[in-house]
Amino acid sequence: MVPLSYYLVLSGFLFACGVAGFLIKRNIITIFMSIELMLNGVNLSFVAFAAHWHVLAGQVFVFFVMVVAAAEAAVGLAIIIAVFRTRETLNVDQVNLLKL
Amino acid sequence: MSVHLILFLAFGAICVAGAVNLLAQTHPINSALSLIAVMAALAGEYLLLGAEFVAAVQVIVYAGAIMVLFVFTIMLLNAGVEERTKGSRVAVLFGIPGMLLGSILVGWVVLRHSGTEAVAAGALPGDPKVIGQLLFHEFLLPFEITSVLILIAIMGAVVLASKPPTAPARKVD
Repeated sequence: MVPLSYYLVLSGFLFACGVAGFLIKRNIITIFMSIELMLNGVNLSFVAFAAHWHVLAGQVFVFFVMVVAAAEAAVGLAIIIAVFRTRETLNVDQVNLLKL
Repeated sequence: MSVHLILFLAFGAICVAGAVNLLAQTHPINSALSLIAVMAALAGEYLLLGAEFVAAVQVIVYAGAIMVLFVFTIMLLNAGVEERTKGSRVAVLFGIPGMLLGSILVGWVVLRHSGTEAVAAGALPGDPKVIGQLLFHEFLLPFEITSVLILIAIMGAVVLASKPPTAPARKVD
């Protein structure tokens, strides 16, 4: 038997790691992976609450989060490819102009 | 200490180690591999919570499809070791203590103020039949809307990633 709060602490830690990676990392792909880490942390708390309150809707919401994450990954990586094609770099510090 | 708790701690340790390793590594491919480890360990946590179908989808969609897309992009763009800049040093200086403070605060509040009732293993049937019934009856409209979202995402990805024409097409008259 594992208390619900343990799951929430793990979920919060994963989310905090995602936020820190989003702020610290300079590579645009790694920043994107940090966002996925945040989404995973949220998914864990969804499933934990679903098991705790005996409401299956929490698990269904995880699927919607996954769908949004997949769509976001497809569009985001396409944007990264477009940025790399025009700027020749993946460092976000060097991507600071709107015009070409 | 029950087997359930030991398994939770083992998978949780892999999650934490992977998440920290994602931050510590400088090469994106190493970060991607540690993220895959986090997702696989999270699938184990879902199994402990009785969400079998979610665990399977987590491995297939997240650790499989999405991370393959990431690794593919890293290979395609030949991403190397990220260089440190002044901005990133400031972010490390303030980001790491901020993250630690935030985690400790959230952990303290949750552990202190939430009920500590245990979550039983497999208390909730998370098999595909029940999930499918819920998804196609109660959540039918959101399900259909996500299909439109995916269609838009496909078109957006194709438009954004396709090569721009090198020269504007001339009208032949």
